[in-house]
Amino acid sequence: MEKLKNNPIIKAIGTQRLVALLALILLYLTFGIMNPRFATYSTMVNIFDASYYIGFMAIGICFVIATGGIDLSIGTVLTMSGLVAGFLSVNMGFPIWLVIIICISIGTLFGVINGLLVAKLGLPPFIATLGTMMLSKGIGSIITGAQSVTWKSGSDPEGWYRSIFKIKTEGGLLIPTGFLFLIAAAVLMAVVMNKTKTGRYILSLGSNKEATRLSGVNVDKYLIIAYVISGTFAGIAGLAYSTIYSTLLPGGGAGFEMDAIAGVVIGGTSMSGGIGTIAGTMIGVFIISILKTGLPFVGLQTHYQQVATGLVLIVAVFADVYRNRKKN
Amino acid sequence: MGSVMLRMKGIDKSFPGVHALDHVDLDVIGGEVHALMGENGAGKSTLMKILTGIYLKDSGTIEFEGKGVEFTSPKEAQDAGIAIVHQELNMMNHLTVAQNIFIGREMMKSGFISDSMMNKEARKLFDRLNIDIDPSETMGNLTVGRQQMCEIAKAISREAKLMVFDEPSAALTESEIEELFKIIRDLKSKGMGIVYISHRMDEIKVITDRVTVMRDGTYVGTMITKDSTKDDIINMMVGRVIYEDPKQTSSVPENAPVVLKVEHLSAGKMVKDVSFELRKGEILGFSGLMGAGRTELARAIFGADKKDEGTIYINGEQVEIKTTEDAVSHGIGYLSEDRKRFGLVVAKSVAENSTMSALSLFMKGVFIDRQKERKEAESYVKLLKTKTPSVDQLVVNLSGGNQQKVVIAKWLIRNCDILIFDEPTRGIDVGAKSEIYHLMNELVKQGKSIIMISSEMTEILRMSDRVLVMCEGRITGEIPIEEVSQERIMAAATLRNQEDNNGKTKK
Ligand SMILES: Nc1ncnc2c1ncn2[C@@H]1O[C@H](COP(=O)(O)OP(=O)(O)OP(=O)(O)O)[C@@H](O)[C@H]1O
Ligand SMILES: [Mg+2]
Repeated sequence: MEKLKNNPIIKAIGTQRLVALLALILLYLTFGIMNPRFATYSTMVNIFDASYYIGFMAIGICFVIATGGIDLSIGTVLTMSGLVAGFLSVNMGFPIWLVIIICISIGTLFGVINGLLVAKLGLPPFIATLGTMMLSKGIGSIITGAQSVTWKSGSDPEGWYRSIFKIKTEGGLLIPTGFLFLIAAAVLMAVVMNKTKTGRYILSLGSNKEATRLSGVNVDKYLIIAYVISGTFAGIAGLAYSTIYSTLLPGGGAGFEMDAIAGVVIGGTSMSGGIGTIAGTMIGVFIISILKTGLPFVGLQTHYQQVATGLVLIVAVFADVYRNRKKN
Repeated sequence: MGSVMLRMKGIDKSFPGVHALDHVDLDVIGGEVHALMGENGAGKSTLMKILTGIYLKDSGTIEFEGKGVEFTSPKEAQDAGIAIVHQELNMMNHLTVAQNIFIGREMMKSGFISDSMMNKEARKLFDRLNIDIDPSETMGNLTVGRQQMCEIAKAISREAKLMVFDEPSAALTESEIEELFKIIRDLKSKGMGIVYISHRMDEIKVITDRVTVMRDGTYVGTMITKDSTKDDIINMMVGRVIYEDPKQTSSVPENAPVVLKVEHLSAGKMVKDVSFELRKGEILGFSGLMGAGRTELARAIFGADKKDEGTIYINGEQVEIKTTEDAVSHGIGYLSEDRKRFGLVVAKSVAENSTMSALSLFMKGVFIDRQKERKEAESYVKLLKTKTPSVDQLVVNLSGGNQQKVVIAKWLIRNCDILIFDEPTRGIDVGAKSEIYHLMNELVKQGKSIIMISSEMTEILRMSDRVLVMCEGRITGEIPIEEVSQERIMAAATLRNQEDNNGKTKK
């Protein structure tokens, strides 16, 4: 055991991420053994499909959580972006490239608003983003006249956008291109978190805001950047969700943020700020996507998914807490 | 004097990468004040944390009142009659003074917490100790010194048999230290055993009966205080003799240009119409009592707090300093007096803290150059003799004095032209202190200018080229180094404003 603990590979990954990674593999194997249909390529694609929107949201909110804050609005902002952008495309005939930009920009806009509320007006993040959560939920419904919106289908001349996240070849083979985007985004943002000034200051202000400010750092700016990243990724998640699932319901999306937050926390990011790991977050996200996709295969309804996610969350975080306690 | 009350024998303790205590002995007699001395990181706090059940020892024995004891939690130690005043403040800033003092043993009246009872009890305690603090005041509103007095009162209220003071005086003013000594003498006369940790030599001579010296986690020896000289003790601590002579004349040339000029600066309640000049190559000492507004002045100049009025000129040009970022870009650096709260991100590494203010110098394009960052941090660890296993160590694991060195490294790396040192050697041992003094002298020789806020009279006398004294937010005295004396400083430091005394602008 002692030897295992000092293994450099285990050390580099970190206990919590290791537990999460093992849970991920274990889950996949369990589902696969219980139902061989689970371990197929097409199910894999389904898991990927579910991972995109949660994954993008999780990457973004990881930055906010690293500052010691929280962004409750990402779920409903995702829906609002999808609704409004889809509405502009289907009902107003906006070209799809513009619609994509608008979809992401709505997320960015809410990020800016959240950032200003928290950094400049000094609202507690929980309250500020609870407010914008309700705002985005309502505004989305108002703009679309409380109607659901279905994005253009793949057969439409403008349907090319669908192959951003999934390409269907002539032979009917599905290529999950979205996975590449998600991983690319994760790598990019992991670099931002660990290797740039932005990431360094976000982590250090999450750890001790006043000391960071007194080091001559413009903490408000970096706080706003964290929320803008979170919002923008919620917009990207909105695009991913719309592309994969086509239809958005007005007033939907509340609760999506909890999947993302769970993913971040399972991965080893601390809710009290100062720590943020994107690699861990991705592991957490895939655990949740597997649970979402896999439970129906073993004959369990989606409620069980909540139970299972809850258990994994508690076990993964406890592993880390336990290790830290032992160290002292 | 009484019999041996506490006997710690062969105490050993390791942290990952650090052998903090290597078979250390300590015995304390009832009715004595026992000084525990040693350089930063020698292991003093660790030894006391083991005694009080915060850390578990790896090996060794502890005997308290003749019985072998093994405390596994702070509560057990408290119940046995051992109380400690920690080096770092552990107060809940949002609670009142009384609520803080009685935390964990609240007074109840018909099932509810009774604040009025606790306030009354706290008042009694303060009266007994001759401390003037309002028990219903919110803790966060008090100065660090007053908070420390509360911490001390809290420990005393536990009616312990053995009291540990871990650098209690670091945050106290001279007069508060006098208050503290009175309290200690009183406790001592009641037969209590007292362990007193401090880096201030004069205090050791005044208040303690015996001294135990530690070096690098080992026990060096124990002596009777009055039979040993200051130099003996320092020699045991650092293995060499260090001289501390006051400065005789100013080393600033007559025609040195003014680098910083502050005119009619007012900020909040604590800074009122302050004007002064700082010359190139000068160490300008700011003396005064705790709460005189010196820290507030520094924070206002640095852009950490809002200014209400006044102008600042740097090298003759008027500048706008609205944020700390502005200040740093104008070449001003500020070392806060409260390093844990304001100076450091303690959950981050030594390297990350060191480069925090100067991250731009460590960029390779948009990326942080970790290699360069670590190298620079390492060179300052060497320069300042910071005791840490590596620059990747989290700052929270460093001893108090070594944490302070990391703060200093941060501003040295930023290479500011104007440095504001707020209590630069608080909690720093004699050896490191003289290194920091040496460093400050080096810095001004290189043409930098220093504002040094200090409550330690010897420090002011030794380092300053000129002394400004503040009282109640105003500058009440300017004394050139040739004329400076403790008496003149104290006179100016208590020069209250006439208007205020007549009650016209009383708050
Ligand atoms: N929790 C910890 N983890 C790792 N190392 C630690 C921990 N606590 C203390 N140390 C190390 O143990 C050594 C002794 O530290 P300690 O705080 O006892 O020193 P000290 O004598 O009180 O110094 P100072 O005068 O600066 O307060 C230091 O090298 C310190 O870095
Ligand atoms: Mg200490």
